[in-house]
Amino acid sequence: MPVDSPDGSGAALLLSPYRVLDLTDQRGLLCGKILADLGADVIQIEPPVGSPARALGPFYHDEAEPEKSLFWWAYAANKRGITLNIESPAGQGLLPDLVKDADFLIESFSPGYMDGLGLGYSELAGINPGLVMVSITPFGKDGPYAGYNAPDIVGAAMSGFMWLTGDSDRPPVRVSFPHFYLHGAAAGATGAMLAHTHRAITGEGQHVDVSCQQAMARTLAHAPQHWDVEGNILQRMGVYRQTSGDNLVRTSWPCKDGFINYSPGGGGAGVAASTRALLAWMDEEGLGDEFLDSVDWENLGYGQMRAEVMTRAVEPLIRFFATHTRAELVAGSMDKRILLFPVSTQEDILAHPQLEAREYFKQLEHPELGITATYPGPFIKDKDRDSQSQRMGIRRRPPLIGEHNRDIYLGDLGMSDAEMAELQAGGVI
Amino acid sequence: MASKPLEGLKVLDFCWVAVGPQTTKYLAEYGATVVRVESSKRPETLRNAAPFAGGIPGVNRSGYFANYNANKYGITIDMRHPRAKDLVLRIAAWADLVTENFTPGTMEDWGLGYAQLKKVNAKIVMFSTSMLGRGGPMEKQPGFGPVLSSLAGLTHITGWPDRDPVNPYGAYTDFIGPKFAVPAILAGLDYARCTGEGIHLDMSQLETSLHFTAPLMLDQAVNGRGQVRRGNRDPDGAPHGVYPCLGEERWIAIACFNDQEWQSLAGIINGSTGEGSWAEEARLTTFEGRKQAENDLERLMAGWTSGWDSLELMHTLQAAGVGAGVVNDTRDLFQDAQLTYRGHFVYLEHPEMGVYATERSEMELSLTPGSLDWPAPLLGQHTHEALTQVIGLSEEEYLSLEEDGVLE
Repeated sequence: MPVDSPDGSGAALLLSPYRVLDLTDQRGLLCGKILADLGADVIQIEPPVGSPARALGPFYHDEAEPEKSLFWWAYAANKRGITLNIESPAGQGLLPDLVKDADFLIESFSPGYMDGLGLGYSELAGINPGLVMVSITPFGKDGPYAGYNAPDIVGAAMSGFMWLTGDSDRPPVRVSFPHFYLHGAAAGATGAMLAHTHRAITGEGQHVDVSCQQAMARTLAHAPQHWDVEGNILQRMGVYRQTSGDNLVRTSWPCKDGFINYSPGGGGAGVAASTRALLAWMDEEGLGDEFLDSVDWENLGYGQMRAEVMTRAVEPLIRFFATHTRAELVAGSMDKRILLFPVSTQEDILAHPQLEAREYFKQLEHPELGITATYPGPFIKDKDRDSQSQRMGIRRRPPLIGEHNRDIYLGDLGMSDAEMAELQAGGVI
Repeated sequence: MASKPLEGLKVLDFCWVAVGPQTTKYLAEYGATVVRVESSKRPETLRNAAPFAGGIPGVNRSGYFANYNANKYGITIDMRHPRAKDLVLRIAAWADLVTENFTPGTMEDWGLGYAQLKKVNAKIVMFSTSMLGRGGPMEKQPGFGPVLSSLAGLTHITGWPDRDPVNPYGAYTDFIGPKFAVPAILAGLDYARCTGEGIHLDMSQLETSLHFTAPLMLDQAVNGRGQVRRGNRDPDGAPHGVYPCLGEERWIAIACFNDQEWQSLAGIINGSTGEGSWAEEARLTTFEGRKQAENDLERLMAGWTSGWDSLELMHTLQAAGVGAGVVNDTRDLFQDAQLTYRGHFVYLEHPEMGVYATERSEMELSLTPGSLDWPAPLLGQHTHEALTQVIGLSEEEYLSLEEDGVLE
């Protein structure tokens, strides 16, 4: 098992000095993962039977077992893990002992659940006034919908995301992988560090109350402003994107062997130049289009693609793309600085040359399974340091159920073996 | 009242378009002094992007720009001017943090890379974000979020299995990045405060976005399984979809993940359509049965929901514990009871646009809440004020820079 732990080796990672108690389930795991990747000592606290996130697929070799959930692997890597039944009186007695030495506590239970156990923010702040507690809930801690049952698709609908996504002749769609809680959990890391910054100066902790609905509603680019500023309700348009009232741009295109993503248009930031470069390429191959060449791309604002121009552009572009594979189009676009990308599959991504050059993917050993698994690497890099001395990164495989019970209960809390055995027998840990 | 958590944090901000300005908007909302550098010679992309106040284009009229730049000071510097570099280094000596999201190499070409900044300010934290990160064969590949969704594998898994893939709406990955960027920046600043040593943070939007499909990446890596578009289906839910309601383009999302939720839903269907309704069919009582009959189930659900007002149906189903939510359109968001309760939209008075809506952060800090207090700057609005009063240039220095055409 990879060692280089933030607490063990003394390697100075950005958040090495800090300990995080992570009580979240699948709805909040990413929050602690972000802090762990930045070097914090994150201790995942699971019920004795294991986190409900361990029941989520996909599974390693499709074997639906708690230690083989790839959802768990993805979002619990880099954390240590202990078990604790916080619904038992003994567990409720133990959590405050852990809180004493913690800097952060993250939870994603239903609003009021922790309060009901006597473990709400005010109780925990009484034990550790410097504690930063982060609560990740679908709609925030209170308000008219705070108690609503919000699986991913419900959250994605209520945040406005789905309204804008999907083909216009079918119902709105979500991404085929749950994102609603990921947005809230990631925002939880932002809130945690905002509160931490205040604590670093004053010593005062506080409670951070995150709404996943708001987090996802903030992904809608300028669509809400279109309503506010111009009174337009933008529509979902499938492979097209409506950029304003009567402007739209096609983003997804078929080519010889799959799909590519390309947005013709004008404006700064290389968009007009990109369009010119593509049109020149088409001209070179005898597939140019006089009308498109005559459009004043340079003076067209970003997203200011009139429907009639767009409609006129479709046929020549499709004709050109159909003559090339994804690889040819991508390679040519890189040379010519055209804003064109493949519609990548997950398989493509694993072999992406840029990710390879940056040594993005990380191998973590799972000795129990006798394998090494390829994990997405750190979300940010230390530009000035070589790969061996990064002050963040992916260091350890996800914890087995209760893997670090001894380290924490015996080592940190100073329990005896007998006391720990008793807690085990009582189903507390 | 306690001050804001980032009060005293000084930011020299070169970010533009979406991912960068949203990142620094969090900082500004929570009290940092953010001095944003633009140039009137090349106004940033979003200043010329719709929507515009009153539908009239203008560099000070874009709602897109105005949303992401509240609470910031706006100054203009012509970065091609020979005196620009010294001015920026002067500001860098004042700053704790420099942020930028240009194509990698741009800051270095100006003589303002991390190595140069560090010389004037050893503790400086620099945050750089780009599409594909620094180094590597494709570091200079330009692009925006709408295309990056495709590169990150999100387009491939969005849409209907029998149709072409579609993009998750908008510049989607631009809205994943900031939530990772802010904790990394604040961790870097904390580290600099504790050790006296700065850091250059290098964020690839592609690499960050892959954390939003990490289990699928593992599925591909360890099981070799390709991923698919499922429309609105979910392997663990049935029904699990979006269904039409009364009115034009009114929709509701409904999902049941266990038999108890289904029984609650079936009870409401029976109650509204009478005894012996389709919801009592034996084949639908188990999850496996509902999965097998999913095509029929979706058709029957759509038939039933289409007689309901979407909000009324949501409230009715939620009262019974069934996961259900209206598909809010962009107007609905402004009337959504919960978003309204949370004060999601903040209204600011802008000198050219009038009152406009901007989104506040998705979190409440109990002791040190953020606030959005003033609108996005007009182009160059704070050049004089920020350079003299915030950064501390003398009036003479300012006038000399202005006369030389540096501040354009």
